[in-house]
Amino acid sequence: MSIWKYANPVKFLALSARVQPFAWAAAAIGIIVGLGWGFFATPDDFRQGSTIKIIYIHVPAAWIAINAWIMMLIASLIWLVRRHHVSALAAKAAAPVGLVMTVIGLVTGAVWGQPMWGTWWAWDPRLTSFLILFLFYLGYIALWEAVEDPDTAADLTSVLCLVGSVFALMSRYAVLFWSQGLHQGATLSLDKEENISDVFWQPLVLSIAGFTLLFLALVLYRTGTEIALRRTRALNVRLDKTT
Amino acid sequence: MMPDLGKYATEVLSAYGITLGLMAVLLVLSTQRGRKARTALRRAEEETARHGKV
Repeated sequence: MSIWKYANPVKFLALSARVQPFAWAAAAIGIIVGLGWGFFATPDDFRQGSTIKIIYIHVPAAWIAINAWIMMLIASLIWLVRRHHVSALAAKAAAPVGLVMTVIGLVTGAVWGQPMWGTWWAWDPRLTSFLILFLFYLGYIALWEAVEDPDTAADLTSVLCLVGSVFALMSRYAVLFWSQGLHQGATLSLDKEENISDVFWQPLVLSIAGFTLLFLALVLYRTGTEIALRRTRALNVRLDKTT
Repeated sequence: MMPDLGKYATEVLSAYGITLGLMAVLLVLSTQRGRKARTALRRAEEETARHGKV
């Protein structure tokens, strides 16, 4: 069985219809339990006080903001190489979700930074690359809207996505190789000494899983919307030619 | 039931409020657009079928 069969919109929509109920339900459970546990049932941090609770929304949002772009990159490459329309539409569908998550990451980071760092914003490598990623999301969405021919729009936005990937990856890895700056190192680590305490880690992982499943459910639903819009456009063009 | 957020209550509550608000807007707009697109497709398919072009 080949995954390329899902490049067929009918097969993709059939799979999407089967997956979506589970994705929506699991996302709701993950987010409600993860955020509820983190907000109501975890202690304050000895240094950060109750602002530690912002971690349960900031980290999952930043995780999705970066990984949504990586997903868009893969879908764009598939479009450029194999010309599967579903992949281009999936990238288009993911962009507004990634944009909202980037805004959440930026805003919650600023709200946390003000009392902890004493400033809402710093031109730190990770923060700056994250802001540039936000601008790339805006540009990507605007480019889709600005170009009338969908195939040309898919080509141009795919190239933009390739360029923007540098900043998505920089947002992810800047803390590892760029030591100057206010932003602390990775919150989650395989190194037990560096990782946050279990009491914070467990609800955080649940929250990340919930946000990830929400992203999956939203992208599947929104890709279905884009497929419907594309098919409507094709049918209307055919109708206009025959009437 | 509400935890004691101490002197950072404004920061924590506003972060959660903004996040949940933005996520709700995203969900509502996605659903509205999806419904409109699916309705338009159904109409176009019916129209095409009436013209015998499917």
